[in-house]
Amino acid sequence: MSAAALQLEGLVRRFGEREALSDVSLSLPAGRTLVVFGPNGAGKSTLLRVLATLLRPHAGAVSVLGMRLPEQSWAVRGRVGVLAHEPLLYRELSARENLRFHARLHAVGEERVAQLLDELGLHARADEPLRTLSRGTVQRVAIARAVLHEPELLLLDEPYANLDPAAVELVAPLIGRGAGADGAGPDGAAADGTGAGAAGAGAARSRTRVICSHDPSGGLAEADLVLGLRGGRPALLRDAAEIDAAEVAELYR
Amino acid sequence: MDTPSRPAGGSRTASRTAARGGGLGVLAIATVVTMTAALGLVFFWVPLEAEQGFLQKIFYVHVPLAIVALCGFVLGGLLAIQHLRTRDPRWDVRSYVVIHTSLIFAVGTLLTGAIWAKGSWGHWWVWSEPTLVSFLIIFLLYATYQPLRFAIEDPERQSRYASVFAITAGAFVPLNYVAVNEATAYVHPRVFSSTSNLPGSMALTLLVSLAAMALLFATLCMYELTAKRTRAQLRALRRRLADEGEGARSRPRSPAPALGYAPAAGAHVSAASARGPAQPPPLGAAGARRPPL
Amino acid sequence: MSELQQLAAGEPADASGAGAGMDTSADTGARAQTGFWSAVGALLRKELLVELRTLESVPGMSLFALSTFAVFHFALQRSSVEGDLAAGILWVTLLFAAILGVNRLFVADADQGGFDAFLLAPVDRSALFVAKALALLAYLAVLELIAVPAFALLLLGAPLGPALGGLAGTLALGDVGVAAIGTLIAAIAVRTRSRDLLGPLLALPLFVPIVIAGSRAVAPLLVQAHRGAGGGPPTRWLLTLGLYDLLFGLIAYAVFDFLLED
Repeated sequence: MSAAALQLEGLVRRFGEREALSDVSLSLPAGRTLVVFGPNGAGKSTLLRVLATLLRPHAGAVSVLGMRLPEQSWAVRGRVGVLAHEPLLYRELSARENLRFHARLHAVGEERVAQLLDELGLHARADEPLRTLSRGTVQRVAIARAVLHEPELLLLDEPYANLDPAAVELVAPLIGRGAGADGAGPDGAAADGTGAGAAGAGAARSRTRVICSHDPSGGLAEADLVLGLRGGRPALLRDAAEIDAAEVAELYR
Repeated sequence: MDTPSRPAGGSRTASRTAARGGGLGVLAIATVVTMTAALGLVFFWVPLEAEQGFLQKIFYVHVPLAIVALCGFVLGGLLAIQHLRTRDPRWDVRSYVVIHTSLIFAVGTLLTGAIWAKGSWGHWWVWSEPTLVSFLIIFLLYATYQPLRFAIEDPERQSRYASVFAITAGAFVPLNYVAVNEATAYVHPRVFSSTSNLPGSMALTLLVSLAAMALLFATLCMYELTAKRTRAQLRALRRRLADEGEGARSRPRSPAPALGYAPAAGAHVSAASARGPAQPPPLGAAGARRPPL
Repeated sequence: MSELQQLAAGEPADASGAGAGMDTSADTGARAQTGFWSAVGALLRKELLVELRTLESVPGMSLFALSTFAVFHFALQRSSVEGDLAAGILWVTLLFAAILGVNRLFVADADQGGFDAFLLAPVDRSALFVAKALALLAYLAVLELIAVPAFALLLLGAPLGPALGGLAGTLALGDVGVAAIGTLIAAIAVRTRSRDLLGPLLALPLFVPIVIAGSRAVAPLLVQAHRGAGGGPPTRWLLTLGLYDLLFGLIAYAVFDFLLED
């Protein structure tokens, strides 16, 4: 089994006759962060959904956490945490009720729900229906939902949107890079090579993440590997160290 | 130039289509022959039925239509099962063609039944005839098949949902027939639906008519399938010619499934076979609809 | 049919996995998989909780039934009905009210991205079918608790008395079929364009055998109610209902998975 958390080769996903994702290939070692940039409609969310096993690949080889999609999708679920555009929560239920529901679905205990509510500063309004809460607060609940089952891989679609600086600080421990990792290992995250060897055991302490971002400088700060999508095709794929915010901004022109 | 990744392209398929074209010809001829035989038997050989006279001959059209339509709907369900198992869109096209041909035959059943009812008992519609009644329900059910397909834009989801419907409805058809049979009061003599106790000549004529109707059904389906396949190949060729520009027309939304895209990656996904020839990236993002591959 | 699902979805052989982790990856340790019935329980609890908060389905269905009884009274211009006519009115009204519930069944999930949340969980997708069908069954039960006494009061003109047991049993059997097919059709219709229209169009023909068997089973009871005699519904029709429930329950359960995945 390779140490790569993500291995994509020639991924194709169509919508009708249009290719939403075309020939996407990359390899992300465990513990690294991939940041995906691109204009609206470029396929960022589609890529995330494919990795989350919500969409099956139409062509190409996709392997998440060592498991092939779509054959082993069932094994990947439960080990991946997803923060999507929508909060994926029921507006009529409270934060606590929503999280309890997801906890039951993921066979996670009650205590974890209480713990997350505390950590994210939500306990004050944990029992009010979500529709009465601000978008930022709902985003925090959505983040709690995403990390509830302590997933190995985080898929985050613009995680810091709607969050004020105080909130960002609250969520960082949960979806940030994580303890034990600073910078790339000796081989770095190769753009198209195999997973880093020496970084294996140490990198496991930091989280493997895929983040969709619209913020070139902020996003780059988080990234180890950068993927730029345009029209479903990979326009650039490079180490974060080798690229600057200006080049990322080019994608949007 | 043959692109290795295209299962539907190239000379291999062309020769297969030619062979199928030949097969279609044989089928058509067989249909015409059998139909002529059936018509001959009906009009010139089989004796007039005592009670109902000449009008009773419509029985030899009505009953075969009914039987073939019922079998067609069940077949549509079976083809849909195959589609869900293999995810090959060709099975969905077959299921679609079979179902909507069966729907036409079902309407035929209703019309011939109504004519017979009017001629025999003076009413265009009778609730006492289980065949007629169950076909009304079946017609109402399958009439929603195309609107359902049309209401779903994503072609892959359209096919999948249509298959789910076809399986459920296909299982429904026999159950519905039995339920209606049980429920209907037998006011009139059921020469309509009973195919037992028929004198030899009538039984033979009925059998030949049934064979003719079944062959007609098969020919119509094969004809339409071939037409669809040809149209798909034409589109693929046109696309290849119009590769660089935006000249190729994109397919408008329609309830009919199309053989435009390669089958979804099922169990056999491999990077090599799935990668198409290098093509320039499409212009723009969500706006331009690229033609199918 | 479960083999079909497995082939298509690539799921492991015992999809109703209760118990410890079934992942094949070498790195991580076993992670508990949520059992089928605990997933159903979680889903059902959530469903009922949302319904209690929003009161979207059940009050609407019940009020609709009551209004329909009134409309029937005015339309038929009779002081009371019995036998075949009564059975027919009761079944038609209940079915149309049920369709209102069917239309709403998956709307909250589809609109609030709820499908995704469920699809991300390591549970058998059919658990959603079972949970939703049970919820719909619960709604139908409450509907009937309100509608049947109202029916007796408004249209029958006589208490149900001894007929109540047979009536309840027949309705229960019919409800199972309505719940199974209703859930399947609701799932099909919710992700199409004209979802409110397609739902009833697809469901009504499929419900016809239930109406046939149900009204014929109930008709003799409603005549007896007037005369106070005893006796149960004819078993022939109960068997038909049971057969319908079994057949379509299994089919709906088997094909439901294919509606959710993409």
